[in-house]
Amino acid sequence: MLKMANSFPEEVLEHVFSFIQSDSDRNSISMVCKSWYEIERWCRRRIFIGNCYAVSPRMMIRRFPDIRSIELKGKPHFADFNLVPEGWGGYVHPWIAAMADAYPWLEEIKLKRMVVTDETLELIAKSFKNFKLLVLSSCEGFSTDGLAAIAANCRNLRELDLHESDVEDLSGHWLSHFPDTYTSLVSLNIACLGSEFSFSSLERLVGRCPNLKSLRLNRAVPLDRLANLLHRAPQLVELGTGAYSAELRPDLFSNLAGSLSGCKELESLSGFWDVVPAYLPAIYSICPGLTSLNLSYATIPSPDLIKLVSQCPNLQRLWVLDYIEDVGLDALAVSCKDLRELRVFPSDPFVVEPNVLLTEQGLISVSEGCPKLQSVLYFCRQMSNDALITIARNQPNFTCFRLCIIEPRTPDYLTLEPLDVGFGAIVEHCKDLRRLSVSGLLTDRAFEYIGTHGKKLEMLSLAFAGDSDLGLHHVLSGCENLRKLEIRDCPFGDKALLANAAKLETMRSLWMSSCSVSYGACKLLGQKLPRLNVEVIDERGHPESRPESCPVEKLYIYRSVAGPRFDMPGFVWTMDEDSAVRVT
Amino acid sequence: MEGCTRNEEACPQLLDLIPRERDWIVKRDERSHGSSEEKKLELRLGPPGEDWSLNGNSRSNKERDESLLSLGYFSPMSSNNNNNNNNNNNVNHHRTQKFISPSDKSVLSSSPWSYQLGNIHQHQTKVPSFLHFTSSSQGLPVTPNKASQPCCTKVVDLQKAEKKVFSPASANTAVPNSSQKRTAPAPVVGWPPIRSFRKNLASNSSSKPTSESQNVVPNKVPNGTQVETSRKGLFVKINMDGVPIGRKVDLSACDSYENLSSAVDELFRGLLAAQRDSCAGGTQNKQEEEKEITGLLDGSGEYTLVYEDNEGDRMLVGDVPWNMFVSTVKRLRVLKSSELSALCLRNSKQGKMPPKSALK
Repeated sequence: MLKMANSFPEEVLEHVFSFIQSDSDRNSISMVCKSWYEIERWCRRRIFIGNCYAVSPRMMIRRFPDIRSIELKGKPHFADFNLVPEGWGGYVHPWIAAMADAYPWLEEIKLKRMVVTDETLELIAKSFKNFKLLVLSSCEGFSTDGLAAIAANCRNLRELDLHESDVEDLSGHWLSHFPDTYTSLVSLNIACLGSEFSFSSLERLVGRCPNLKSLRLNRAVPLDRLANLLHRAPQLVELGTGAYSAELRPDLFSNLAGSLSGCKELESLSGFWDVVPAYLPAIYSICPGLTSLNLSYATIPSPDLIKLVSQCPNLQRLWVLDYIEDVGLDALAVSCKDLRELRVFPSDPFVVEPNVLLTEQGLISVSEGCPKLQSVLYFCRQMSNDALITIARNQPNFTCFRLCIIEPRTPDYLTLEPLDVGFGAIVEHCKDLRRLSVSGLLTDRAFEYIGTHGKKLEMLSLAFAGDSDLGLHHVLSGCENLRKLEIRDCPFGDKALLANAAKLETMRSLWMSSCSVSYGACKLLGQKLPRLNVEVIDERGHPESRPESCPVEKLYIYRSVAGPRFDMPGFVWTMDEDSAVRVT
Repeated sequence: MEGCTRNEEACPQLLDLIPRERDWIVKRDERSHGSSEEKKLELRLGPPGEDWSLNGNSRSNKERDESLLSLGYFSPMSSNNNNNNNNNNNVNHHRTQKFISPSDKSVLSSSPWSYQLGNIHQHQTKVPSFLHFTSSSQGLPVTPNKASQPCCTKVVDLQKAEKKVFSPASANTAVPNSSQKRTAPAPVVGWPPIRSFRKNLASNSSSKPTSESQNVVPNKVPNGTQVETSRKGLFVKINMDGVPIGRKVDLSACDSYENLSSAVDELFRGLLAAQRDSCAGGTQNKQEEEKEITGLLDGSGEYTLVYEDNEGDRMLVGDVPWNMFVSTVKRLRVLKSSELSALCLRNSKQGKMPPKSALK
């Protein structure tokens, strides 16, 4: 085969490789032989970097000289829940600065959990001549001024997505920076912005972009503006409404219903802030075509939700608040046979008494009624081993199972036993499980099950669980494909970590906070495994000021070929050989 | 186990380092669920100089109820006790906590950490309702262990969160923690795992009655900016000349200009040093090169603190009474004193200065 490969001109191989999109396949190709490595690196156009500190921009550019699309991730996932102190890092500027010189033809940038400044956005706007796509997902650090620079300069921009970013809202004026000649917009997501903007400039923008397929508005867009926008964009496939409330006016209702029914292509709806349920029937006419419905911002009572989902036979994805209740999930199970993904968020997670009747029963119903269900995120207040076993048997094709029982360490409410057996059933039956979050009362036994059966598990979240190092040892030694492990408030410590140190080099990252890992163990890891960056995050001050046996507040370990990072704030210490030498 | 064997081969250098005699699966036999596979596990590594016998930790099924109590947050602390004796009093606190039961109100309220925040008191009042919940709606026998376990966990965590906010070292980083505390009575930072904007949504919506399904009266559509301010409370963004990264500072945790000044120092001292380092191309001796940022308020230092008020005017920090400053500040900026155009600042301020007597 090698011989044949060598007989091809490079151009032929390059052309063949261009059909191969998957990153892992490209990686495999590059390992076949030196010449394939060379050919592949010159024709690689897309790159995904799951941790911006795992490699340096310089190294990326040296190996791949002609990248057109980059996806970068910054902070650990737990940053979503305020566990990563502000100022931790994840700055994208060094990457953009390096790419501005190296990749003038860069077209796409997707960032997740990174700090982006207005200066960075300005640099993007002026550096890349054919820039087309900017996705800032859960990013922060920039303002609408930076967005104005993008709008004003990126003539070929197709997609601007600010998915759940924390944007400083200086004014809504940035939207009018899109030039009058600009018509290439395909997708715009500004749902996270707070401020009002000029609706007329939005309407003009929507009107002049014939390829606009996705438009997700923010809460400041009133309902009476929606119909007008929709009239201008009947080709929309995805719509996020603004505030979905107004005083009840028949003309408004009929206008809205009319414009919505004109959008024959609509497949996905979201938004519905401050929803007035009486206006929901306006979307009924398009419900048969819907595949995705995000109602997780919409406080819709169960009876109205039931009416709504029963109109949506083709629904594949539903995000909803727990107002749907068990009875609503029953209806979902009856109506939506194509459902693949369900997320049920808590409407009031901080009260002790349940405010809605949502129990394990709702999830059982859906697992029974929706044979294609693959992915679940479910917040509830009670669970039983029997229920979990039933769910696992009903639905062995789960790839993602995230269950959050709101009160930590809640046992099986029927038997008061730990939920070990229940989660054991989930990992045992669901052979393709990639992502798992556990909650409730769990002993080390649960982790024994996870280590034994969770062979395809890639991401695992643990909180308030386990009772000794053995639990963590089961996971690290058993889950062969584990890439990301995040742990908080579990009694796992040095032994499990040190015993499985080599495992850490096969993973992207490990987060442990409020666990029992000592500073001494962190130093040892950093010293002995130079390919790992071992970072101690401690807001109490330098760990050296405490005994080595003292547990560290937070620990973030990740593999890196770039060495220790240089942008650490004062509360982060990296455990490299130097630091070990310094302290001993 | 296979994994272990592989590990051993993969990182032999670790093995030299650690005495092999430690057996971390001490008293495994007492565990009802110990499997034969587990018995094959051996400790390859251990932390240096620590005795890892788990004699305090052995438990059997019979002891399960008891172990529930210590399973959680502080059990590692107590089981590592002999290592941590000379530790900070953090550990001691946890250990004391362990013995507090919900009925022990007197203990709780006299303890040093119960006086500070409203949500602690909320918690105390909620304790009975939790008991009630478990006993009535679930029809379960309430064992004292069962009931006390989550409660005292909360107290412990509360105390922990408290520490973070009030310890001086955390002034620059307590932002997320305390912001969450304000918006929600949740005692545990980051739990349940919900994004903050969802919490915001929840608090807005929880006031709405869900039962009135057909005629839900729409709340006045909250303007996005109002939501923003109510969620973030007194957090104000702050930028510094020469530092590309913005930060947020919690004015409610400052209480005075002096505290604000030191908070700004803590926020930016490291970043500034890092910035200088990276400009200089070197990254060594970072700690040593950090120097305090002083004179922010009186213009005597290299930098001066200014702010933009709610009308968009830029003003010098420190010229109006603290409370007035807090109520009007929109964002802060640390400017190089040399580049400060004092004239334009003063001008914009003149017209606004209220008579100080009126405020006192």
